[in-house]
Amino acid sequence: MTRETLLNALVLLALGLLPVWAHLSDEPFTITLATRAAILALAAVGLNIALGLGGLVSLGHALFFGIGGYAMGILASHAQDYTPIYDGAFTVPGTKSMPVIWLVAVAASAMAALLIGLLALRTAGVYFIMITLAFGQMAFFFAISWNAYGGEDGLSIYVRNSFPGLNTLVPIQFFGLCFGLLCLILLASHLLARSPFGLALNAARQSPDRVMAVGLDPKRLQLVAFVLSGAVTGLAGALFADLNRFVSPTMFSWQTSGEIMVFLILGGVARLCGPVIGAAVFVLLEHWLGGLSEFWHIWLGLLLLAVVLFARGGLVGLIAGRARAHD
Amino acid sequence: MLKQLLASVALAACATTAMAEVKVGLITTLSGGGAGLGIDTRDGFMLALEQAGRDDVEVVIEDDQQKPDVAVQLADRLIQSEKVDVLTGIVWSNLAMAVVPAATAQGLFYLSTNAAPAQLAGAGCNPNYFSVSYQNDNLHEAAGAYATKAGFANSFILAPNYPAGKDSLNGFKRFYEGELAGEIYTDLGQTDYAAEIAQIRASGADSVFFFLPGGMGISFLKQYADSGVDLPLIGPAFSFDQNILQAVGDAALGVKNTSSWSKDLDNAANAAFVTAYSEKYGRLPSLYSAQGYDTANLLLSAMDKAEVSDDEAFRAALMEADFDSVRGKFSFNASQHPVQDLYVREVVREGDILTNQIVDTAITDRGHAYEAECKM
Amino acid sequence: MTPLLIVEQVLNGLQSGIMLFLMAAGLTLIFGVMGLINLAHGSLFMVGAFAAAATAAATGSFLLGLGAALVAAACAGALVERLVIRRLYDRDHLDQVLATFALILIFSEGTRWIFGSFPLYLDIPPALSGPVTLPGGIQYPLYRLFLIGVGLVLAGALFWLIGRTRLGIRIRAGENDREMIAALGVDIARLYTLVFALGAALAGLAGALVGAIQSVQVGMGEPVLILAFVVIVIGGIGSITGALVGALLVGLTDTLGGIFLPRLFALVMDPAAATQTGAALSSMAIYMLMAAVLVWRPTGLFGART
Repeated sequence: MTRETLLNALVLLALGLLPVWAHLSDEPFTITLATRAAILALAAVGLNIALGLGGLVSLGHALFFGIGGYAMGILASHAQDYTPIYDGAFTVPGTKSMPVIWLVAVAASAMAALLIGLLALRTAGVYFIMITLAFGQMAFFFAISWNAYGGEDGLSIYVRNSFPGLNTLVPIQFFGLCFGLLCLILLASHLLARSPFGLALNAARQSPDRVMAVGLDPKRLQLVAFVLSGAVTGLAGALFADLNRFVSPTMFSWQTSGEIMVFLILGGVARLCGPVIGAAVFVLLEHWLGGLSEFWHIWLGLLLLAVVLFARGGLVGLIAGRARAHD
Repeated sequence: MLKQLLASVALAACATTAMAEVKVGLITTLSGGGAGLGIDTRDGFMLALEQAGRDDVEVVIEDDQQKPDVAVQLADRLIQSEKVDVLTGIVWSNLAMAVVPAATAQGLFYLSTNAAPAQLAGAGCNPNYFSVSYQNDNLHEAAGAYATKAGFANSFILAPNYPAGKDSLNGFKRFYEGELAGEIYTDLGQTDYAAEIAQIRASGADSVFFFLPGGMGISFLKQYADSGVDLPLIGPAFSFDQNILQAVGDAALGVKNTSSWSKDLDNAANAAFVTAYSEKYGRLPSLYSAQGYDTANLLLSAMDKAEVSDDEAFRAALMEADFDSVRGKFSFNASQHPVQDLYVREVVREGDILTNQIVDTAITDRGHAYEAECKM
Repeated sequence: MTPLLIVEQVLNGLQSGIMLFLMAAGLTLIFGVMGLINLAHGSLFMVGAFAAAATAAATGSFLLGLGAALVAAACAGALVERLVIRRLYDRDHLDQVLATFALILIFSEGTRWIFGSFPLYLDIPPALSGPVTLPGGIQYPLYRLFLIGVGLVLAGALFWLIGRTRLGIRIRAGENDREMIAALGVDIARLYTLVFALGAALAGLAGALVGAIQSVQVGMGEPVLILAFVVIVIGGIGSITGALVGALLVGLTDTLGGIFLPRLFALVMDPAAATQTGAALSSMAIYMLMAAVLVWRPTGLFGART
């Protein structure tokens, strides 16, 4: 067992057990914080597939996060008002069922990632960063002026959506659901990194020419990674909307893209639990520093700066050492 | 001996009343670009509590950073771990829409110090939700009424392209009887209005109504003053608030704006408030300060009449609105929004600083347009 | 829609484009020479505006305010370069994005800490205020003409600096081959600080100039920053000519889109829906332009072909 494996196990155990303790000692808000951390971690796990594995620095992942959120908002708001989403030749009703919402969120964000990926992957490097940012901004401005679904006001959903067999209004049960999904997708991304696809993708990042020489198309590998990445972040968006029972265009803002990236880099890029540690630390900082000072953003900024300058490889790198060169 | 006993019983009784604490969660914007409004709200609210000198109210103050998801999270924390009885303080409508429905559904009281979107006044009205400020459309309606009264017959109107912007233009049109020379929606957060001003110039309008809150209004006013277009301007108070005016400078001089409050409103409560606020904080109060102050006084007046744990009684006590409002006469209508006079103010210079002076009353005893939709 | 109105709107587009150029020029230079993405460039724009507002308020002179903006932004730029940016040159873009994102947080809240939460006052000097009548009878604000003039002069000076001076030769050499100029005995570290301070000064000056007709407030730099990125990506990163062309394209698209799109939709929709759809689309127009340019030419209009 390497130090990193041990660290991963400890982190997940801590994140999983803290809410149980909070539940027993009747501290429901601690559970809410842990749920928030788990969901934001999931969004960053999504980005990690594109960024860590594929080397695609996307500053537009808020787009997928927002699409997931709006998938939930639109479906649930129609269900809550008993109005159909589409009523023409056939009728599409809204729904309050989480599995259906998740499916729609994942499908919609994967579709968006496919379209954007096809265009954006024609570019590379800084241009890729900027074109993803541009698509994010487009979505942001569109959402603000999309009156049918609340425009800048966003959409409020009064009761959390349902999951068969659970009462999602009980904080610990909703946490369990989010945490379960996080673990599941962490496992999947771990397997993905070791699969032939993951190895080829890794090779494409380091040396596209060699990959081409063995007959693989590096752009196509990256496109697949981008779509998977968008889908996972979209799922996180749907959960985030359910946690807040609210969606708004802020989910699409470029600051959201920046924050998802911050979780990842704070924790450690291309490390399995990097996003989880990053998101958890960020949520804790936001909670503690926010209570200490009105100007807490200064301290957050200084801390981030220190991590970039002095703790390369993020917190995981600091604790568990550099990633092995050939993984 | 008997006397002593009675005294101690009386003391004990007093002690129990003091024990009946009300815990208030004040969520407002204290960091980022919109912090000025939240700081004024907080300062007005806390001033009223300090003046009352009571120790049976505990206030927990939180910064929402003007982000809806942060506001929701803070509300969850205040409800779940702080176990507050009353929430208040949110400045922005989109944040209120994220927090209020969930909070009232959980049985908390929400007293609005500012944001009062149409949804919460009409179909979404709730017995636990009180707006102490206004209904969002009010100041725009007053501007429409004033434009009609002033004899304007061809107004050019503009607002940002978001729900509050649309509500604004609709509110204006509700009371405006003339023609429209043009109607445009600008980008939210837009900083350059040269293109819009050129359209105004070319439109042949006789007046301009604009709703551009925050920095947008500052930019528009400066550029408008410099453009040589000298049509009369009308706007709601938001762009002429005490704290913003100094940044606009002389460009705002003489502009008419509509408000539910002004620092020169002639009543004793207001005079005392303006003096105390200026002394304590070293600056003049704004509309947000006044609304925060009124909200706290309303809360205190209700606490004198009922226990917060008794929903029905506390609601009835709030409805009575038995406090000295800095706005003079003040009452609630059935949907728990204010019925109040709306004034027209003009920007004037007083010594070194710019401020507002009441010149007219636009509408008297205005409730709001969505009352019929409120089934409560 | 009269021809006069169109001319006036084109002038407006030019004016906003030329101010964007001042922002974008620094950004593209810094990227071209040092290979650095600087998200904190918008903060330097804000520093310039605040320095100008504070100085103008204290001295009553707009000109001194502009001077203060130049100095403050250049100093802030040089300081940040020495303390932070210098360590990022050999890092990947990801670290640069995060570190400069952190700088935005520090700059924004730091400014709020010093100057408070309310917007500051900065006005056009009396000599430049009010409108003038142009040939054809167009009434146009003198200050905006002044902005176009100052922008063009600065653009000219920048082209001269890059194309004709010793410093320019070094900068261009630095873009092509940094080992080579180091071998020739040029102090690379000083050159980098200088280029960064130059870019910062341009951004600060733009902030002060634009601050006079806008709101001087915390966070004013970020919208401009995003626009400036769009500009340099359209123009091709590292190219000053590209920045100029991109800035004018973005300025004109943004201004004219807001006017013509609603009218265009009014031909096929009812007026209320047309204004709203038009407004929504015009706010997305520049991003669509950028996406289209990148799909057509993945390294921008004047970018190096790979």
